[in-house]
Amino acid sequence: MAVKDAGRAARPGERAPASRAPASPGERAPASRAPAQEPERPERRADPAELIQLLTPEGERVEHPGYPLEISAAEVKALYRDLVIVRRIDFEAIALQRQGELGIWASLLGQEAAQVGSGRALGPRDMAFPTYREHGVAWCRGLDPVKLLELFRGVSHGGWDPTEHNFHLYTIVIGSQTLHATGYAMGIQRDGAVGDDGEAVIAYFGDGATSQGDVNEAFIWASVNNAPIVFFCQNNQWAISEPLERQTRTPLFQRANGFGFPGVRVDGNDVLACLAVTRKAMQAAREGQGPTLIEAFTYRMGAHTTTDDPTRYRLSAELESWKLKDPIERVKQYLIRTEQAEMSFFDEVEAEAAAVGSRVRAACLQMPDPAPTSMFDDVLTTQTTQLATERAGFAAYLDSFVAQEPILAEEGR
Amino acid sequence: MTTLTLSRALNEGLRKALEANAKALIMGEDVGKLGGVFRVTDGLQKDFGEARVIDTPLAESGIIGTAIGLALRGYRPICEIQFDGFIFPAFDQIVSQLAKMRYRSRGAVKLPIVVRVPFGGGIGAVEHHSESPEALFAHTPGLRVISCGDPADAYTMIQQAASSDDPVLFFEPKRRYWDKAEVDTEGGLATALPMDTARVLAEGSDLTLLCYGPMVRTCAEAAVAAASDGRSLEVIDLRSLAPLDVETIFASVRKTGRCVVVHEAVVTGGLGAEIAAQVTQECFYSLEAPVLRVGAYTTPYPPSRLEEHYLPDLDRILDAVDRSFSY
Repeated sequence: MAVKDAGRAARPGERAPASRAPASPGERAPASRAPAQEPERPERRADPAELIQLLTPEGERVEHPGYPLEISAAEVKALYRDLVIVRRIDFEAIALQRQGELGIWASLLGQEAAQVGSGRALGPRDMAFPTYREHGVAWCRGLDPVKLLELFRGVSHGGWDPTEHNFHLYTIVIGSQTLHATGYAMGIQRDGAVGDDGEAVIAYFGDGATSQGDVNEAFIWASVNNAPIVFFCQNNQWAISEPLERQTRTPLFQRANGFGFPGVRVDGNDVLACLAVTRKAMQAAREGQGPTLIEAFTYRMGAHTTTDDPTRYRLSAELESWKLKDPIERVKQYLIRTEQAEMSFFDEVEAEAAAVGSRVRAACLQMPDPAPTSMFDDVLTTQTTQLATERAGFAAYLDSFVAQEPILAEEGR
Repeated sequence: MTTLTLSRALNEGLRKALEANAKALIMGEDVGKLGGVFRVTDGLQKDFGEARVIDTPLAESGIIGTAIGLALRGYRPICEIQFDGFIFPAFDQIVSQLAKMRYRSRGAVKLPIVVRVPFGGGIGAVEHHSESPEALFAHTPGLRVISCGDPADAYTMIQQAASSDDPVLFFEPKRRYWDKAEVDTEGGLATALPMDTARVLAEGSDLTLLCYGPMVRTCAEAAVAAASDGRSLEVIDLRSLAPLDVETIFASVRKTGRCVVVHEAVVTGGLGAEIAAQVTQECFYSLEAPVLRVGAYTTPYPPSRLEEHYLPDLDRILDAVDRSFSY
């Protein structure tokens, strides 16, 4: 189905014209990155013919023959609620970082539809392997957002039990988790859990990760094993400061062909399309039809993390063009224009999101630092003599201080 | 008791591990039909099937990464890295994921994975086939690192590693694969020495000789040779490199007053350096001489025509013993 606004996206040649001055003070033109003879590179915009879309940026419902979607008003409203709440959590976390309460935060702004659409396509027994930006998926899996803040505050490295919500720990080294996901899927096969009542795995990663060896190895292993896995690539166009053309000369979803499984590109800002495409791929995996690569074509509206300054490497015009494709606004427009929601609904969702944000903020502020000696916990399943000795020595060292403010080695503050 | 080569003892131990736990898997390059390039997994795929003895794609990071995923699903993979020098494509998965996931999850996740690594030189091989990278892993918190020195330990320690709930790097002395010895394949693991414990191979009173893996036999021979010079060497097979069984080491050095550490690995930053530091700290007033190290020089592994000069041997060990007594 055609993308109605495809023409709005900036084209490569329009992005960084070296001859043009920056549009305004404070907005820097990216330095010329590439030799002049380098051909124009992929797609700052998706080819409309290849992009699966069920809801246009204007909020118009469109059909795609491969992805029929029966969805009730209540279900769309539930998705809208998810989108608004995860954006609010993200907003709150950025503010907490700015106030010094978090060490860092990796914002999902702009990627809410990709995460909520795919996250809500999962069954309770499916397993998700996230990167460090999957706050929306975490929400859909039922993980308390406070757990995420623990990690970014520096209170834990994650610390949740992946089996509780079938949501694995955040993985920070780029692409490593795609192999874990593939191995887990091989375990599903060995458990005989493929078939009518099967289980499947979804592995999240970004456009930058597609350059990693581990991701390519995961594609190979999944393919030769016909493993029940969906590779969900959120192509947000930027790997910190490096644009997509530094990672690939071919559309990412087409890479699947070379590995021997199907690849599809979905409008990553369209929650309905992400839901439908992921559902279909997960069902195929559960039934034993093997892996699928989904490229969710989206945009990182914010910085890579709160330490990043995207004005150093990208033009605000690009950001402005993507604002017109906002993943939340189109759902709101759809609900309004089809009269599936009263204005009071939107107010209620806003109020609920604000309440979630307040709760998360309060929990963050109340989070105690871990006890100093807790760093010796859980290195191995049993405490070695060496660790016990180090722990005792460290505790004695702490206790040797005449404390004005007592340091309780075995307790958090 | 049965007479087995070290590689056959590993094979029998692996068979026992697969029989003991239906979740145990073997995975690696050429481990199935071929039985591994050293035949350590010979016949296991035929008996346990392709789902449990898995010929993997040729990608070491993939082997460890997917093993982690299988372990998250409740399986207990025993991975083979074909040669020591091929472990580095998997280094990231081992150091950043395998070693850290338990810690990251505050104990919620366990990764019972064994990584078998044939290591060390002396077989006339080409580059990357003779290395001793064990210190890199002993330096990494979250891993257990062990090495067997003889067929009997090979048989029991591989089973102990397979039943451990922690990740274990299992270093196999490849030049000793064909050494033969009596192995008790009837006795269970209950009476076996725990895998994190050192073993006193030969008692002595004058000097403590510490070794592991391929150097165990060499050091045992050195002790015999030294005895003819009237010197009584206590030979200790460390067996566990992480954690180190320091109590056994300290007790011996306090008795003998002298200590020489022997390994094939480069001495700089090696296990010998760590042991020397700890022994010096804990046994300072017992020492008659500084702790000496015998190991490879601080060069990359040389072409095989030079390896007899590069690797510690009987004479280099006895030379170090002489130097220790010269203080």
